[in-house]
Amino acid sequence: MGQPATDRIEIVKPQSLRHAIDWLTSAAEDGSPLTLLAGGTDIYVLLNAGVPLQGRFLDLWGLTELRPAPVVSGGSLVFGALTTYTDCIRSALVQKHLPILVQASREVGGVQIQNRGTLGGNIGNGSPAGDSLPVLAAADAQVVLASVNGERTVPLTEFYSSYRKTVRRPYELIVRVEVPLAPLQKQKQIFRKVGTRAAQAISKVVMAAVGPQIAFGSVGPTVVRARKVEAYLREGGRSLAAAQRLLKQEIHPIDDVRSTGVYRLKVAQNLLAELGTLDAHK
Amino acid sequence: MKLTVNGQAHAISAAPGKRLLDTLREDLKLTGTKEGCGEGECGACTVLIDGEAVNSCLVPTCQAEGTKILTVEGLAQNPRWRKLQKAFLECNAAQCGICTPGMMLSACALPPQPTLQQIRVGLAGNLCRCTGYVKIYDAVKKALG
Ligand SMILES: Cc1cc2nc3c(=O)[nH]c(=O)nc-3n(C[C@H](O)[C@H](O)[C@H](O)COP(=O)(O)OP(=O)(O)OC[C@H]3O[C@@H](n4cnc5c(N)ncnc54)[C@H](O)[C@@H]3O)c2cc1C
Ligand code: FES
Ligand code: FES
Repeated sequence: MGQPATDRIEIVKPQSLRHAIDWLTSAAEDGSPLTLLAGGTDIYVLLNAGVPLQGRFLDLWGLTELRPAPVVSGGSLVFGALTTYTDCIRSALVQKHLPILVQASREVGGVQIQNRGTLGGNIGNGSPAGDSLPVLAAADAQVVLASVNGERTVPLTEFYSSYRKTVRRPYELIVRVEVPLAPLQKQKQIFRKVGTRAAQAISKVVMAAVGPQIAFGSVGPTVVRARKVEAYLREGGRSLAAAQRLLKQEIHPIDDVRSTGVYRLKVAQNLLAELGTLDAHK
Repeated sequence: MKLTVNGQAHAISAAPGKRLLDTLREDLKLTGTKEGCGEGECGACTVLIDGEAVNSCLVPTCQAEGTKILTVEGLAQNPRWRKLQKAFLECNAAQCGICTPGMMLSACALPPQPTLQQIRVGLAGNLCRCTGYVKIYDAVKKALG
């Protein structure tokens, strides 16, 4: 057996966020961008499976600037990019304002994954099955990217251009995620993950809702907001069947190893009943 | 790199990306930590870093620098964990034994006097192909409950 890939990869360890940004910039200018490494729970699975990940890695894990406890600031609930699922579960502020993120975090992997997996990594990885993504999309979360040019903010719903492709530039990194508090007030929050078992299972379909704002995961190339269903609800629409027909127009789930497109569409449509605002007899 | 494992400080020269699992087993010869799946699914490789359970097959060694690591070899140093080891024996909580080190380490990260529900959740990232889990939960309950 040859030397495992993990023994061969080159990892650089910045001393500060500033330092990390300088490295990212010069590597991108040289045409050999660095791969960001946070908790490693996606990257190490790939490396262990022998996927040849090229180039050097920039280890963010030690950057305390990216790991403040979740705080309320400027009218938003603010998360550092290195916030782990365990941090979310333990945060009284997240429990109070965005309980569906706590619920989603509890259903990610087992404790070991919750202790290492980060929000920045879930967003950066961009799997359509990422469980925090529908929650953040439904809650109008904003992704804050930093570079030598300063910061820019992108709504999570505009962060993905296609399957696993993001608008992040090679010299940028996610530093924070901000969830505006005002739209959360007095809205019912719902999170439903449909998978094979509670722990360690990747979802077949996920729905998250903040009042009339509804997002789905695992039903298309990226996380999606059900804009047509949302508009129907805002206009006072109450028929479950009508909402389900609209949903069919905006999500296009595929067949893969975990499930089939037909099953996923049906489950997603059925999940709409859990919003509690739609009538099955209308 | 400097690693503190089971209270003992070590200076090693390993590749920064080397899996903590391999560094423990190969460089420090602590072979009690097992590899099952190598993909974060089974929990056989569980160790504690600063008191929190992690899958050592997914942790680059450089991210464990400066932390306190606890492996199965360190359990006998602490009366509470010795009790856990004893309970695993008495309850027949191990059959083939490959999952046992990881199970015990995950149990070490549980809150004091865990409920059955807390035990189930805390050990959900540890798979066992032999016991059917009941005896494992019994052992943890007996030792810590
Ligand atoms: C057994 C197991 C179970 C799992 N279960 C679930 C599950 O139920 N639900 C789920 O959603 N996920 C699950 N995952 C996947 C994984 O744990 C999550 O996606 C996690 O959030 C990844 O975070 P990380 O910090 O470990 O990412 P890493 O592996 O470090 O990075 C992942 C990707 O994000 C990029 N990245 C990291 N940080 C940043 C940043 N600050 N800015 C820009 N890009 C960045 C990296 O370059 C990489 O492409 C599971 C994984 C395993 C091994
Ligand atoms: S060997 Fe690490 S989780 Fe299975
Ligand atoms: S005792 Fe064999 S896997 Fe648990």
